[in-house]
Amino acid sequence: MGALLSFGAVVVLLLIPAIGAGALKLHSLFGVVIPYLAVIVFLVGLINRVIGWGKVPVPFKIPTTCGQQKSLPWIKHSRLESPATGGEVFLRMVLEVLFFRSLFRNLRTEKAPGDRVVYGSSKWLWVAGLAFHYSFLIVFLRHLRFFKQPTPKIIGIIESFDGFLQIGSPHLLVTGLVLFGAVFYLFLRRIFVPQVRYISLPADYFPLFLIMAIAGTGMLMRYFLRVDIIKVKELTMGLATFHPKVPEGISVIFYIHLFLVSTLFAYFPFSKMVHLGGVFLSPTRNLANNTRMVHHPNPWNYPVKVHTYEEYEEEFRDKMIAAGIPVEKQPEPREEEQPTEESEGKE
Amino acid sequence: MSKQPKPPKPDELAKSIEYKTPETQWMETPVKFKPGMWCYGSRPKYLEEVGMPNPREWSPADDDWKLPENWKEIVLDGMKDRLGKYRTFKLFMDICVRCGACADKCHFYIGSGDPKNMPVLRAELMRSVYRKYFTTGGKLFGKTAGARELTEDVIKEWWYYYYQCTECRRCSVFCPYGIDTAEITIMGRELTNLLGLQTDWIGGPVANCYHKGNHLGLEPHTIQSNIEMMCDDIEEITGIRIEPTFNRKGAEILFVTPSGDLFGLPGIYTCMGYLMLFHELGLDYTWSTYASEGGNFGFFTSNEMAKRLHYKIYAEAKRLGVKWILGGECGHMWRLVHQYLNTWWGPPDFLEVPKSPITGTVFENAKSTKMVHVTEFTADLIKHGKIKLDPSRNDHLKITFHDSCNTSRGMGIFEEPRYIIKHVARHFYEMPENTIREKTFCCGSGSGLNAGENMELRMRGGFPRANAVRYVHEKYGVNMLANICAIDRAALPTLMQYWVPEVDVCGVHELVGNALVMTGEKKRTMDLRLEPLPGMEDEEEEE
Ligand code: HEM
Ligand code: SF4
Ligand code: SF4
Repeated sequence: MGALLSFGAVVVLLLIPAIGAGALKLHSLFGVVIPYLAVIVFLVGLINRVIGWGKVPVPFKIPTTCGQQKSLPWIKHSRLESPATGGEVFLRMVLEVLFFRSLFRNLRTEKAPGDRVVYGSSKWLWVAGLAFHYSFLIVFLRHLRFFKQPTPKIIGIIESFDGFLQIGSPHLLVTGLVLFGAVFYLFLRRIFVPQVRYISLPADYFPLFLIMAIAGTGMLMRYFLRVDIIKVKELTMGLATFHPKVPEGISVIFYIHLFLVSTLFAYFPFSKMVHLGGVFLSPTRNLANNTRMVHHPNPWNYPVKVHTYEEYEEEFRDKMIAAGIPVEKQPEPREEEQPTEESEGKE
Repeated sequence: MSKQPKPPKPDELAKSIEYKTPETQWMETPVKFKPGMWCYGSRPKYLEEVGMPNPREWSPADDDWKLPENWKEIVLDGMKDRLGKYRTFKLFMDICVRCGACADKCHFYIGSGDPKNMPVLRAELMRSVYRKYFTTGGKLFGKTAGARELTEDVIKEWWYYYYQCTECRRCSVFCPYGIDTAEITIMGRELTNLLGLQTDWIGGPVANCYHKGNHLGLEPHTIQSNIEMMCDDIEEITGIRIEPTFNRKGAEILFVTPSGDLFGLPGIYTCMGYLMLFHELGLDYTWSTYASEGGNFGFFTSNEMAKRLHYKIYAEAKRLGVKWILGGECGHMWRLVHQYLNTWWGPPDFLEVPKSPITGTVFENAKSTKMVHVTEFTADLIKHGKIKLDPSRNDHLKITFHDSCNTSRGMGIFEEPRYIIKHVARHFYEMPENTIREKTFCCGSGSGLNAGENMELRMRGGFPRANAVRYVHEKYGVNMLANICAIDRAALPTLMQYWVPEVDVCGVHELVGNALVMTGEKKRTMDLRLEPLPGMEDEEEEE
């Protein structure tokens, strides 16, 4: 259901530029206005989200500790899993963000004969997750060649690695395929793993279809429906230098690709993809496990009603005295009451 | 109140677990209250005693929960308020990608197969309402955006499932963003408590603890006489008379432990271990009858209630003029001491940085909170050779160690208890790697779920833990499950009785007490349970 809905939405998104830029020739709208708007929505939206989270206080220091705390000097402290200093937290975050450390722990729980459960290793999600994110990143970086004149060296280097297979002309770039494949795997997983299907919302399928469509149209353009790269670069350089112009004769597949990318950008801040920003702010990961060493203030800590010792003793004084437990105040008030006098009680 | 339903037989229960998903989408699958899976509603007096809202007689089995007139407004305002106060709450509402990595990591899911016990769905129960009232997408697109109306049925569903989560944080270990469903459960419980939906099993201890100083409601003279009874047993075992002090001003150290250690088996054996150790060291310490609870059922109610209950520890330390505080074996107590206490009531500048009077070790890791975990203290003693141990006295035990959720994932104390066990006993076996340390499984009864009426839930939730214990029992003949948590000591014996009856449960300091060679003691013929020590009985008869 959710998958069909999202698929339908992406088909509609394909048709909009096909009609708008193809049949109606609204090239400036699809080549300039919408991409600019999308980038603005992306930047403003993302910054807003991150600021929104950042404004909410972190009342307690509650890292999830996944390793030995720092305690006695002779006990080996797990610096990465239970970081005690800012530097160690930074390293933990590097592992999380660059290597998906937590996802690497993944296990698969299964029932085994004899009414048991066993836990098997399960790294495919991690592999596909990494493959997807890194190929996305590389594809993204590669595209910077369209926005920079001359093409930065580093991008040339990335591309030459990417095309190492040296198949076809233009050279096949592996990341595009990996991106498509990884996203397709994530999609299959959502369909075929019953638990994952059960929790999936349309908003989980939509980005997958959208990215597949982006990668698909991209590869279509590069290998099959060849577009005029010179003209495309004219358009993109125009966007990058804020002197937009729309050369004639760019085929509609390019406008479709660009529109899908614009949709991804504009949708990004309102979608689950904002985890890009959120992961850095997650209090269970980005805080040090040092709360007994360093006081952590809560900005909204407010006074609460408590039951004081005096109230407690008031209620139990007789019983305490009978049991020989020291009290602050003796029961019968003497002639001159001296509330400050401290009683040692019976020792 | 209805009779306590008995859980099915273990093999039937195990067979009934299936990891299948229902035909209907989860939003269209109404919650069904299964007997044995939920706790009774709180008696009104418990709420009144601590000033919580909407005290009344009610039962979760009733159709009408007698919610306040404006319940919806209360909940939505409560959500809004908390979304602005807790970054975890706000962020975890926003960034889940529903990748499902957490799904089969929850012991309640593993033991029940109920998809709403997958952490991600447990959180979606709340997220769907969040989307509806706090996000534009949810307001515009409703169900398509995963949003739903807040109705009384949703409240019931929240209540049912937020009391099927022990706030153990196992899910958060596996989540790529560290999303901690316990944080959502905590909010779910805060919000439902605004409507008076406390459970009886949590409400009672909270009210007791507030007025009497401890969950069990032990009054000062009872605390004293309980401990004296333990001293009688110790005298019988060792020939040594211990005379602990209570509420003594000027002691160097205040000792705080969960009240479960003062009452009930096998908790008191652990307590006897503390008493013997401190006596042998000649430690200048005192018990307090006022700060007589390290645990805190307030934490299973609301942050505010937790803070109210944990006021007593520092207040009492100040009144008595001690230098620092030593804390006993307890799980959630240590989550709170480690991650919350100092923020609520600290920094306690009237105390000194804890320093072991025996070894001179300064506990730098506790230099601000000024509270040391007893296994840190004891491990340090052993390391410096300050106590004499005869581990052969634990030879009749084949021990495995259960890492409690809170001390594992909310503190990271893994090595200290193991170091101690390995020095006080000679047969120690770890459970499989994926079931210990940060990946440890909950006892299934944490966060105030250790009641009697929800026994099926507890046995299901404890199934993964028991499953791992059974493994080492069969492989190595393990017969003792050691731990550092009072709730474990209360809950695990029932769990073991049900799943692996050959295995008993003990605290780490019970093992210490067994092995500790005390100055002037008579020959030990009994362990702390007053049971004959194998290999020593004959000699006893000769005497
Ligand atoms: C341009 C930035 C990013 C984009 C477009 C993006 C996009 C996505 C998408 C669409 C998914 C869902 C996959 C699914 O439905 O199963 C996903 C999942 C995930 N993302 Fe990202 N992400 C970005 C950045 C990051 C970063 C910086 C991290 C660092 C921790 C990260 C970690 C993950 C993980 C662990 C998953 C779950 C595994 C998976 O389903 O593949 N992402 N991301
Ligand atoms: S592991 Fe984290 S991101 Fe994935 S479904 Fe669970 S809570 Fe959501
Ligand atoms: S905190 Fe523990 S009990 Fe709660 S959802 Fe996560 S794994 Fe399950």
